[in-house]
Amino acid sequence: MENAGYLFASFTIIWALVFGYVLYLNNKQKNLKREIDLLKKVREDENTESAINS
Amino acid sequence: MKNTAIISRLLPVLTFLLFAASLFMVFIYVPTEETMGIVQRIFYFHVPVAWIAFLAFFIVFIGSIMYLWKRQIIWDTIASSSAEIGLVFATLVLITGSIWAKPIWGVWWVWEPRLTTSLVLWFIYAAYLLVRSYASEESRGARFSAVVGIIGFIDVPIVALAITMWRTQHPGPVIFGGGLATSMLITLLVCLVAFTTLYALLLIQRVSLKKRENEIKILQNDDLILEKDTGG
Repeated sequence: MENAGYLFASFTIIWALVFGYVLYLNNKQKNLKREIDLLKKVREDENTESAINS
Repeated sequence: MKNTAIISRLLPVLTFLLFAASLFMVFIYVPTEETMGIVQRIFYFHVPVAWIAFLAFFIVFIGSIMYLWKRQIIWDTIASSSAEIGLVFATLVLITGSIWAKPIWGVWWVWEPRLTTSLVLWFIYAAYLLVRSYASEESRGARFSAVVGIIGFIDVPIVALAITMWRTQHPGPVIFGGGLATSMLITLLVCLVAFTTLYALLLIQRVSLKKRENEIKILQNDDLILEKDTGG
């Protein structure tokens, strides 16, 4: 079992980086969803405003 | 559309099953190599990670050519998404290679052709992403980075052939070079397939995210134009 530490370190780093990247994508997706919701709300507000004015 | 939905549902399951199989094979099925011992098992993930880095940069190369030729945003989206994933895997190649080198060569890093050209490749693709982020206009960034993506790809065959072109400390080709026991070859092939499905999965996710980002930018621009027109 000599050098098992190197093997463990190598596999840990691979999974840590891959999961880190997946988390980064997940975070981006959440932010995009938030932005879409905000844009939708702005559009709805604009539509109701123009309906009142007309 | 139906096919895309099926693929996006099946691919994560397939990736999970393939990784479960590859972990079983790497740690239980395959015998320990005589000379290097247990640390040689890094090989079963180090080689597939390098393969994905090359594949990702090949997709960047194709996407960049297609973008400059057709000027369709989808090609730039595919190329930039692949570059991002490729950089993650190129980083992993350098790290796992160094970790493997330490107990075998006695040093973390050697300035020999394979390692040096791999590091150059990492810098080229970091430059690809930096060019995009620092460009004043998005279309300009896409054009400049496409040029970097095409020229930068020249380094990929150099990295691949470095072990046969020059005398290097890095081991020679294993799949086509022979000298690998059948069980080791099968394990390596399963790992290669597992990492390829992971790359496909990540690429699909990243491309769809970038598409949404582009749509939001268009919507925001429309709002700005509307505001300007109405004097808001």
